[in-house]
Amino acid sequence: MSRFRKKGGKKLTAISTASLPDVIFMLLFFFMVTTVMRETTLIVKVKVPNATEVQKLERKSLVSYIYIGTPLRSQIYGTESRIQLNDRFATVSDIQNFIIAEREARDEADRGFLTTSLKVDEQVRMGIVTDVKQELRQIGAFRINYSARKRVEQ
Amino acid sequence: MARPVNEINAGSMADIAFLLLIFFLVTTTMDVDSGIVRRLPPPPDPTVKPADIKERNVLNVLVSSRDALMVNRVPSDISTLRRTVKEFIQNRSNRSDWPEQRVEEIEGLGNVPVSRGIVSLKNDRGTSYDMYIQVQNELAAAFAEMRNELSMEKFGIRYNQLTNADWINAINKAIPVAISEAEPEDVGGK
Repeated sequence: MSRFRKKGGKKLTAISTASLPDVIFMLLFFFMVTTVMRETTLIVKVKVPNATEVQKLERKSLVSYIYIGTPLRSQIYGTESRIQLNDRFATVSDIQNFIIAEREARDEADRGFLTTSLKVDEQVRMGIVTDVKQELRQIGAFRINYSARKRVEQ
Repeated sequence: MARPVNEINAGSMADIAFLLLIFFLVTTTMDVDSGIVRRLPPPPDPTVKPADIKERNVLNVLVSSRDALMVNRVPSDISTLRRTVKEFIQNRSNRSDWPEQRVEEIEGLGNVPVSRGIVSLKNDRGTSYDMYIQVQNELAAAFAEMRNELSMEKFGIRYNQLTNADWINAINKAIPVAISEAEPEDVGGK
């Protein structure tokens, strides 16, 4: 019988790559969704200290950042510790206006949950940090977070 | 005459998608922000006199401009700070110069001694931020350990693994994080 006869000379068909873009797109969408673009360019050097008792910062949209450190371009701006708000150098007296602006940018219902994250270089002296904290107290931004990296306890 | 419809070559689509993918891969920052969470006290009201706190209830932690540590006027070291704070707050030996314990009934825990102790942290303007964070970290760790111990004793699980909100509240009530920061003062110059 010829029923089980093999067909002779069958050519090898190329594997269809049509679904490859789909796979790549899936990965692409994953990264697009998870990406948080850095909205500020650092102009001060910030290497945050290590700590063991750190907590994760929740609701990133309700966090405003204050950077303190020595300027990256120290030959122009000197080596004194400076405060950076948004993309500019600032002084202690600008903090209150910065917090007010940050509050204005949020929903009314969320304003009470605004957290200020202090990203301070470990070399910075406490004087400037204390001044910033005093300003935050004056304006009523009580929830703060000392940014720190997680260190595993020996 | 009808020409057969050619299939569009989709091979280059993958290249375009790869290009975008690599772009997002490079720009993605996966770091989660973490840090030590604190609540600042409201600014002092000049019309209200600060509440009197008995001296025995306060543990004074002073960090000098040279990053040296003083605990209740005794030079100390960061490595022993955690134990010192725990011993002081718990006052197991009932020392008269250590904080009072008041037995309170807390729902879910029964009668537990609640310490009246407060850690008062004072730093100089010249203290380095790193040292300040290390001290804050040790203080936080001391309270976290005490909460853990109580949680293990009462519920059999660690404090940070508790999911029951009532239990968490009960522990928080039994061991409040009593860290107070003194009003800033310029002691040692810059």
